[in-house]
Amino acid sequence: MTKMSGADIVLESLKRLGVDVVFGYPGGVVLPLYDRWPSHPEVRHILVRHEQGGGHAADGYARATGKLGVALATSGPGATNLVTAITNAMMDSVPTLFITGNVARNLLGRDGFQEADITGITMPIVKHNYLVMRPEDLAYTFAEAAHIATTGRKGPVHIDIPKDVFIEEAEFEWPSEVTIRGYRPVSRGNPAQVKRAAAMIDAAERSIIFAGHGIILGGAAEELRSFAEKTGTPILNTLLGLGSIDPGHVLAYGMMGMHGSYWANHAASNADVIIALGMRMDDRALGRFEDMNPTAKIVHIDIDPAEHNKNIMATVPIVGDVKEVLPQLTEAVQSNSHVEWLRWIDRLRVDHKSSMSVPDGTALTTQYVCTRIAEAAGPEAVITTGVGQHQMWAAQFMNISRPHQLITSGGLGTMGFEVPAAMGAQVACPDRTVWTICGDGGFQMTFQEIATMVDERLPVKMAIMNNGYLGMVRQWQELIYQDNYVSVAMSQPDFVKLAEAYGIKGILVTDQSQVDDAIAEAHAHDGPVLIDFRVEAEGNVWPMVPAGASLSETVESPDEVDALLGRPPKAVPTRTGAAR
Amino acid sequence: MKHTVVALVEDRPGVLNRVASLFRRRGFNIDSLAVGTTEQRGISRMTIVLDGADGIVEQVEKQLYKLIDVVKVSDLTKEEAVIRELALIKVRCSPEQRREILDLVDIFRAQAVDVSPTSLMLQITAATETLDAFIENLRPYGIREMVRTGRIAVTRGARATAVHEREAAPAERFHEQAGRRPEEDALPYVSK
Ligand SMILES: Cc1ncc(C[n+]2csc(CCOP(=O)(O)OP(=O)(O)O)c2C)c(N)n1
Ligand SMILES: [Mg+2]
Repeated sequence: MTKMSGADIVLESLKRLGVDVVFGYPGGVVLPLYDRWPSHPEVRHILVRHEQGGGHAADGYARATGKLGVALATSGPGATNLVTAITNAMMDSVPTLFITGNVARNLLGRDGFQEADITGITMPIVKHNYLVMRPEDLAYTFAEAAHIATTGRKGPVHIDIPKDVFIEEAEFEWPSEVTIRGYRPVSRGNPAQVKRAAAMIDAAERSIIFAGHGIILGGAAEELRSFAEKTGTPILNTLLGLGSIDPGHVLAYGMMGMHGSYWANHAASNADVIIALGMRMDDRALGRFEDMNPTAKIVHIDIDPAEHNKNIMATVPIVGDVKEVLPQLTEAVQSNSHVEWLRWIDRLRVDHKSSMSVPDGTALTTQYVCTRIAEAAGPEAVITTGVGQHQMWAAQFMNISRPHQLITSGGLGTMGFEVPAAMGAQVACPDRTVWTICGDGGFQMTFQEIATMVDERLPVKMAIMNNGYLGMVRQWQELIYQDNYVSVAMSQPDFVKLAEAYGIKGILVTDQSQVDDAIAEAHAHDGPVLIDFRVEAEGNVWPMVPAGASLSETVESPDEVDALLGRPPKAVPTRTGAAR
Repeated sequence: MKHTVVALVEDRPGVLNRVASLFRRRGFNIDSLAVGTTEQRGISRMTIVLDGADGIVEQVEKQLYKLIDVVKVSDLTKEEAVIRELALIKVRCSPEQRREILDLVDIFRAQAVDVSPTSLMLQITAATETLDAFIENLRPYGIREMVRTGRIAVTRGARATAVHEREAAPAERFHEQAGRRPEEDALPYVSK
């Protein structure tokens, strides 16, 4: 055994964990760690421009690969700047490790310069956290933290380290194995429950699958496909479940939820057996809970037992990893087909296709741009998005067909996620094209990371869907608050000049005819590119399940919104340009 | 309904904070909380009394299990358990009233632990309801100060709530069909 400083132990531990990159930002209390970094070149340090960006980059890195993403910040403001990113990773169960420095042990609790009670702050937004008070505890803590972050229901773990713990020396002892008596995730399904679920599925006439993020996090796309094919069950995806099945598959019926398709939401509402896989029964996916298909029997498979019966009662809850439970279930069920049921959904799809399609005509719309980028980039590219209308359109029209292809903030809905997440994904996948579909609002929250992309030669392609509005908020103000636009229109800088200021390529697109050329130019350029798409200002995302409505109340036009909210329809169509 | 939930937790800094934070965040109401050491080193025992429907308590249990520092959780409400609470009560008492109050003390098997010309301090260890009744009987004299520990509980018989014991799979406790309405035929699609 060798004695080394806490800083060396931290870096040595990261190496043992296979961490090859840390998104970090220095400051006083982590200087002892930075001081030792040059001796550990195996761990690449990427200097970001804001800790939130570092946190989202770690998140994007983890989602693109399934590997642990790591971000580092100094005490006080550095640490508090991570909070949004940590919460984001928590809500979407992303395996991440957040490291912060803190003031020296003798100063803890004395409100010294840049002290923040960051472990107190992060407690409710992490899977677990630690304040490490002795250098001899560091190695074990890192091993334990990584184990917790990457197993069971994945999530962020935070380690806070006082400055002098980086300096003090201790023996480096790497644990051969980690056992935690309060942490034993179940991965195999209880056989009796599996049997009950199988019987229920066999007896179903109109079964449906809700496939969530768990399928992607658990690497269970193949298992999902086999199960669905054997039982002939159609598959709906939650936003984060997109990519768990190729949309071209005969059983794939696309996205459900607030901006899911009419046919998906009605299929969900009319099924007799729902098979929910690795999803947490979120209100954005399910609408009003009480009226989410109240007659269906529900088989709910999730690795986190607390998700069962939290929002929706399950008839047969199964605790376990979808990767293990699905083969058990596939084995237990009979081969089946549901031709009539599929035909019923197909008919709905034909009849209601128009409420979820790219508008005809020559207007430059986000929907159109999304389809063109998806087609040019192909399924091997990675796509990140911000939050808002462009996110929903990207989810609807970008043909997400493989796991880890779409990286988006689902649970927290964090505007500003798009650019740093794309940066992280590009670090993780240097050989893939990474596109980020940005809102003009969200882009302006975190675009400082362009400087990091320049430094680190990360050729991210940024597409700003510049509608001059906080579009999703504007849509709600138009449809739900009766056209009362308050604080949603925004003036924008000249994004092309902004690109030039950073020394990267900037392209302006004002007309549909320029779209393909701009995309091709971006692909041909080997550095970061920013495209300012001046898209239609007042398009709306359809269909829609207004907040508080049920999936069966999916609406496809402003008049239907008015009817649902019990208002008389408007006499005159109000705004030109809006997709009414 | 009142539930008595026992959580065995790692005896580490911050664990009380984690548990309290969880209850606050999820809107679960704690009636009382008692924390103490156990027969096992490094393990503390929290006895939490909370009010809520069975479904809420099931969520509480499962959310508690998600905390890495929580090793075991059990709901003793439906078990045969010895449940006790301790109270210290300082009651106004003139020398003439002393006999009367000491009779109450006898009836409730409480103890007098301190005396002054104008007051008497009483100690009682009992089940919550007994304790409540004792306090009600003392109220007319005037209670000057009082403290209760909150409930602690241990199941009767040889079976123990301890970390070394194998627990039943949580999945087995989940209920069937609860809260879901029976099937109706008024669906837009019926295959037969
Ligand atoms: C950090 C943050 N602040 C506020 C919101 C609320 N919000 C949701 S969508 C939206 C508008 C997003 O505008 P933009 O990024 O331009 O995208 P668009 O909807 O126009 O496509 C806002 C403000 C949010 N999700 N995240
Ligand atoms: Mg916008």
